[in-house]
Amino acid sequence: MDTVWLDRWQFGMTTVYHFFFVPLTIGLVFLISVMETLYIVKKDSMYRRMAQFWAKLFLINFAIGVVTGIMQEFQFGMNWATYSRFVGDVFGPPLAIEALAAFFLESAFIGAWLFGWDKLSPKVHLLTIWMVTLGTSLSAFWILTANSFMQEPVGYVLAHGRAEMRSFGSLLINPQLRIEFPHVWLGAIATGAFFVAGVSAYYLLRKREVTMFAQSFRIGIFTALISSVLVVVVGHAQAQHLIHAQPMKMAASESLWHTSSYHAPWTLVAWIDSKNHRDTWSIKIPYVLSILSYNHTYGSVPGIEELQAKYVKQYGPGNYVPSVWIEFWTFRVMVGAGSLMIVLALYGALRGLREDKYILREKWFLKLMPWMIGLPLIANSTGWIMTEMGRQPWAVVGLLKTTNSISPTVGSPLVLMSILGFGAVYAAFAVVDVFLFVKFIRKGPDPEIGPDEMDATSAVQPLFET
Amino acid sequence: MDLNTVWFILIAFLFMGFFVLEGFDFGVGMISPFLGKTDEQRRLLINSIGPFWDANEVWFVSAGAAMFAAFPNWYATLFSGFYVALFLLLIALMARGVAFEFRSKLSRESWRTFWDWAAFAGSVLPPFLWGIALANLMRGVPIDRHMNYVGSFWDLLSPYALLGGISLTLMCLLHGALFITLRFTGDMQHRARQAAKSIGVWTTIGMFLFVIYSYFETDIFIKVGFDPGSLPVFAALSILSVPFLVYTEHDGWAFIFSASAIAFSVATVFFDLFPRVMISSLSPLWNLTIYNAASGPYSLTVMSIIALTLLPVIILYQGWTYWVFRHRLQPGGHLDY
Repeated sequence: MDTVWLDRWQFGMTTVYHFFFVPLTIGLVFLISVMETLYIVKKDSMYRRMAQFWAKLFLINFAIGVVTGIMQEFQFGMNWATYSRFVGDVFGPPLAIEALAAFFLESAFIGAWLFGWDKLSPKVHLLTIWMVTLGTSLSAFWILTANSFMQEPVGYVLAHGRAEMRSFGSLLINPQLRIEFPHVWLGAIATGAFFVAGVSAYYLLRKREVTMFAQSFRIGIFTALISSVLVVVVGHAQAQHLIHAQPMKMAASESLWHTSSYHAPWTLVAWIDSKNHRDTWSIKIPYVLSILSYNHTYGSVPGIEELQAKYVKQYGPGNYVPSVWIEFWTFRVMVGAGSLMIVLALYGALRGLREDKYILREKWFLKLMPWMIGLPLIANSTGWIMTEMGRQPWAVVGLLKTTNSISPTVGSPLVLMSILGFGAVYAAFAVVDVFLFVKFIRKGPDPEIGPDEMDATSAVQPLFET
Repeated sequence: MDLNTVWFILIAFLFMGFFVLEGFDFGVGMISPFLGKTDEQRRLLINSIGPFWDANEVWFVSAGAAMFAAFPNWYATLFSGFYVALFLLLIALMARGVAFEFRSKLSRESWRTFWDWAAFAGSVLPPFLWGIALANLMRGVPIDRHMNYVGSFWDLLSPYALLGGISLTLMCLLHGALFITLRFTGDMQHRARQAAKSIGVWTTIGMFLFVIYSYFETDIFIKVGFDPGSLPVFAALSILSVPFLVYTEHDGWAFIFSASAIAFSVATVFFDLFPRVMISSLSPLWNLTIYNAASGPYSLTVMSIIALTLLPVIILYQGWTYWVFRHRLQPGGHLDY
């Protein structure tokens, strides 16, 4: 079997899987920090119970995020040794800074937070959860600094047969990073927010702990609304940036085989015939692609054939077209999921604004919301698949092709073994994760205990007794 | 001192931190199915490392990432070369991490037993594999002119390397038992001390056999002659003092000296490698060194500033977490895991 193909599958599989857990971690810990802040500010023990309830679900998720993250760190060396040698000088530092600045922070303080409820003063305890939030968000920043270099190499020179860093500052102000980080981070916040809103809806529908979950629902749905609107705004900027930075990715995601007319129509759906470079049929909306691209009704967008010809001239013979079918549909699924998120969050926020009893009447909405927890996950995954597959055939755009990036001494049997091994372990984790989520959601929060009682019993009250 | 040397020392330091800190929580993971007679005892044992193990593991992640940043060729050669070993290591670390988190989520006995053994396997394999890796790093492995490892997984499994694996596993086991003596009182403390007594002897024998074997298997003898230098002497004195301190029930000192034995042993390995990072058994010309494996001077400068600024802060707040959770564990306390 083709080793490059297997290496790519392993990378894609492990990364998409890892990215189910990361955004939920980033988003959920942010909301838990907000809840604990409310506990400190309002001195209402309901918020403490609330934070502890969400923390249970958070920790199940966090554990898998962490262990699959270690894998991410090392598979560059394992499967992509040539890539690692070529870009280590530029790509390694953000990863190292991530470990030093972010991983240490989140792992040290999550331990202190989890075990420190009655060992730390309330304010110091609050500080520890905000440190975890800071750590998870910083982690995203540094990883995306590294990823942005692959999308849009800046601040380097080619020397001694590899890319060498020349300006660390340029890496940090990479135009790609400036839009990629807010887009991914807001997407993560929305993921956590939809999770909180969805699980809260489950309880509201069953009228369990209405006061607490109506409040959880509000925190979740307002965060969901703000973050999903902003994620689309930033996403729009990101798409416009693509036209200049990676026009081929843009063309592929629009199935734009030829450079568009002056007034570019937008393809809503299409049946793509990749072999003959055409769409068998499609529905097009006039002017919209121009508007999406330039905020005007005019302006043409470069097409696949023309870009391919240009790249052959620039980089030599080869196929520079990513999978148009995948790009086109992942983009549409992402945008569709994002739009639906805004609609749902807006409706929920309008209804949730009023007294608790009104939201309880929205039975269909409360029934729907738990299922919509998957919506941001779909948007995140398709967004990443579009970004990463759209970069093909490049590992680092314009510098290094994916086919030239693999470990020369790691043959396909080894990669196949590790795909199967990691695949089995990851699948088992997924089963356990879903099983535990469902179990703990069904079980609900720990029974309420009064403040006096709380101090007296907390020493013997196991947090996770089942 | 040039930046390449600074980075070599920094990475050695990160590995020392990893083996000293995660060393004891590997040990606790290995020993808890045996020391913990009841479910509550096993949970208490895991809780003794509960607030720490995650941050301890980050020392390894940081060491790996620092290799990537400062010596990309070392990172690429090592991890693509030792592919199967790293694969097993990652699976072990994954199993261990989720085991701690999942074991107490259900009260069913089979569930808890399963995760206890997952944590056990996940705690035994990493030090064993690392012992094998370190022994191979010292002895040299087949690396060709293109800096690629051209051997197979089985080439890594010489008797010498296996002895390295066993020694390091025993060392971590001892270190973990000693950590437990510090975290508990009464019966559990007593049992951990008894365990440390019997493990201590075997660990000392294993470590010394490994040192003697190293004189035959590696080029240390050529490099340092009869005088091994101060690092291995400190390591040897530390390891020799541990059984004595255990017998006289100086738990704190015993733990400090097992930590120092690990730290000095790791330092010795790196000192003997220097300035090489990987030795080619095929030709000395194909050794990876801190120069031919390194990133450029600009990158190293930026990274030095960042790492040397961050490390003191990291040590400070990690130290703080150990301070917060310094009290011994009592039955009936919080049982988060």
